[in-house]
Amino acid sequence: MSLELRDIHKHFGPVRANDGISITVESGTLHGLLGENGAGKSTLMKVLSGFHSADSGEIVLDGKQVKLASPDDAIAAGIGMLHQDPLVFLPFSVIDNFVLGSPGAQRLDRRGAAAELSKLCERYGFTFDPHTPARLLTVGERQQLEIIRLLWLGARVLILDEPTTGISADQRAKLFVTLKALADEGMSVIFVSHKLEEVEALCQRVTVMTRGKVVGEVELPVPPEQLVEMMFGQMVEIQDRTEVALGRSHLALDSMRMASGLLSEDPISLDVKSGEVIGVAGMEGSGQDTFLRICCGMRTPAEGTVAIAGEDLTGQHYHEFLNADVKYLPAGRLEEGLIEGLTITEHFVLAGEDSNFFIDWGAARTRAEEQVDHYTIKGTEASTAESLSGGNQQRVLLAMLPPELTVLLMEHPTRGLDIESADWVWEQLLGRREGGTSIVFASADLDELLRYSDRILVFFSGRIIGELDAADTNVDEIGLLIGGRTSGGGA
Amino acid sequence: MTWTRLSNVLLPATVVFVSVVTLLLLAGTNPWDPLRVIVEGSIGWPPFEEGSARKVGDTFMLWVPIALASAGLIVTFNAGMWNIGIEGQIIMGAIAAAWVAREVSAPRPLLVFLTILAGAVGGMLWGLLVGLLRTAGGVNEIFGGLGLDFVALSLTTYLIIGPWARSGVASTSGTDPFPDEALLPSLANSKLSLLAVGITVLALVGVWILFRGTLYGLRLKAVGRNRPSSFLLGIPTNRYLLGAFMICGALAGIAGTSQATGFHFKLIPAISGGFGFLAILVVLLARFRPIWVVPISFFFAMVAVGSPGLSLRLDLHGSLGGVLQGVLVLSAMLGLGWAAYLARRRLIAGGTSST
Repeated sequence: MSLELRDIHKHFGPVRANDGISITVESGTLHGLLGENGAGKSTLMKVLSGFHSADSGEIVLDGKQVKLASPDDAIAAGIGMLHQDPLVFLPFSVIDNFVLGSPGAQRLDRRGAAAELSKLCERYGFTFDPHTPARLLTVGERQQLEIIRLLWLGARVLILDEPTTGISADQRAKLFVTLKALADEGMSVIFVSHKLEEVEALCQRVTVMTRGKVVGEVELPVPPEQLVEMMFGQMVEIQDRTEVALGRSHLALDSMRMASGLLSEDPISLDVKSGEVIGVAGMEGSGQDTFLRICCGMRTPAEGTVAIAGEDLTGQHYHEFLNADVKYLPAGRLEEGLIEGLTITEHFVLAGEDSNFFIDWGAARTRAEEQVDHYTIKGTEASTAESLSGGNQQRVLLAMLPPELTVLLMEHPTRGLDIESADWVWEQLLGRREGGTSIVFASADLDELLRYSDRILVFFSGRIIGELDAADTNVDEIGLLIGGRTSGGGA
Repeated sequence: MTWTRLSNVLLPATVVFVSVVTLLLLAGTNPWDPLRVIVEGSIGWPPFEEGSARKVGDTFMLWVPIALASAGLIVTFNAGMWNIGIEGQIIMGAIAAAWVAREVSAPRPLLVFLTILAGAVGGMLWGLLVGLLRTAGGVNEIFGGLGLDFVALSLTTYLIIGPWARSGVASTSGTDPFPDEALLPSLANSKLSLLAVGITVLALVGVWILFRGTLYGLRLKAVGRNRPSSFLLGIPTNRYLLGAFMICGALAGIAGTSQATGFHFKLIPAISGGFGFLAILVVLLARFRPIWVVPISFFFAMVAVGSPGLSLRLDLHGSLGGVLQGVLVLSAMLGLGWAAYLARRRLIAGGTSST
């Protein structure tokens, strides 16, 4: 079945998750959809599978426009979606999972379904005992079950959202064989991934998305550097910046392991000096989050030590790290940072040094007004946190930081911000750096990483696979490392 | 904005009015008579007429525990906790006060002070237990509190038919009356204790100040609205949660004292009278604002005192009072819910049109 998406728009509040997307997938092709996290791939696939309805745009199947108001409509139209976490009911048996989504029938025909199941299994080389509880299946097997269930329901377009997360290499090989076989039978397969090598190995065409837009579509194979460039953009000329003399050690990790039981993980040793900026690169969920939480004391490493300004704080409470002037600003500004329902004034009171029992609201408001002015926050001292835009929330968070900081840990300092706010944020951060603060930040923006870091740590599947000197690396090298390809160079 | 504010009041009021009138019509009476009977039975008609001192006293002395428990619940609600254990905290306060009243002999002012203190401590410790189960044991405060409610309830029954049984007869009707020196001082011909009313007003004012002007209150509010953010800001979140449970428990415990030494004058089973649960509804209706607790809990106290008159005067069953209470609360919540839903829809509509 051929599939065409025409000018799909989907906004969530001010966020343009899909901003005029048009893609054509010919029947019988394996079509890759590549892009970093937050590029809008998942949103687009949810629109296509009836989970979200698009604000505007058309979906055309075999030349006929369709309207998909629910996943039910989508599957009836022949579009089957395999979610990143397969939608399998763990307490149920294989056969119950298989029949669960079947439309119409009031009476359960387990026997008939079991016959269908074994026929499909035979055809695609899977083996299932219909009575096994689904919780005993591996993630790969759950995917297989989900695929044949979708086929049974009549899917002729199959969408797979990051299907190789959490499955073994063997199962991945088997999955790829199955997908190729399906494409040969005339099925259209959309393969959503951020892994370059998988798209290269599997797909005939690939569409690359960034920031809610399609930035390119090519026939494969092409050199991987070309894909990296499409995903992350042209390398921008890096401006000279003020050199800051590095001082004494502010954050020292000594043969630290993040989790026990990860055999592939090499112990991490790292020494961050005062005034140094460390960029942390990697696809979302590759371990950066755990790494930052260990550095700020919210988690304890499985092995090794964490020292702040020469003092070993391993295993100490997060508030001890806070006392040592370590501060962590996670990505979720409204989840882990600001407090919904409280005003800017109240935030400054909470973050302030003043610990008098009674609050002097008059003084607090005046101070908040000054801060709002000084940090050019669009809002008033009485605005609540959730009423501010992302950029202004970030401004409030930076304004709430204590004047003295040893280490500042940040996740995605400029995600979702317009260029003006992003530049402003870095102006602030570089100002801190000149004051001697060490900055460790995670980002998905390679430009940002290259422009502002002294050193870059690249994470891949829960470990560091590269430590690069920002001065002599480039977007290609980092991009390939992020995609897990160490052969292209690097440490 | 003004439309939002207006609909926030008008919509719930309309829903309440319609459902209460419907209920009364279904019960076979006009809507006016039961209301008059309840008012007459609780504060007299015209209000506070001569000779109504006894029932006015009763009404005030039921207002005290409901309002005190409500004041406490405002604290735990602001900390983001559903303190269902409040019933147990009232009961433990009553038990502790009863123990002092029975076992300690002292001059009256001192003894009264000690019963109040004991009630506060008893309720506070019982509240602390709920908090500890939550913070250290990972037991959701709703389940922990409910469990401890049952424990406290059983403990009263055990004391009443066991160690503190009335001399001669073991009866579930209660212990022997407390000595007079232990009772809350009251006005003549009435149970009305100005001391209890005064403490309740102080508690409500105190809670108002807590969230209006203190850092402690602001931090509690922060913890209740977003624990991860508060933790990251350096607020010891667990300690604040325990603090909220202790404050609430102490106020509930004083409510228990008032029930024991100011209303029943002895320990009876289920001495909390369900006022803890009722207070949860009061606080939700009052939108966590102490000032609104005053009239709402007074209204509930009036219904509690006045509704037995329904069967005597109108040939309606006395339980209609309870049904009325339930319908009232449900319809008010429904109205508030609708108003909030409409406000949100308007907000969303306004938000998308402006971007």
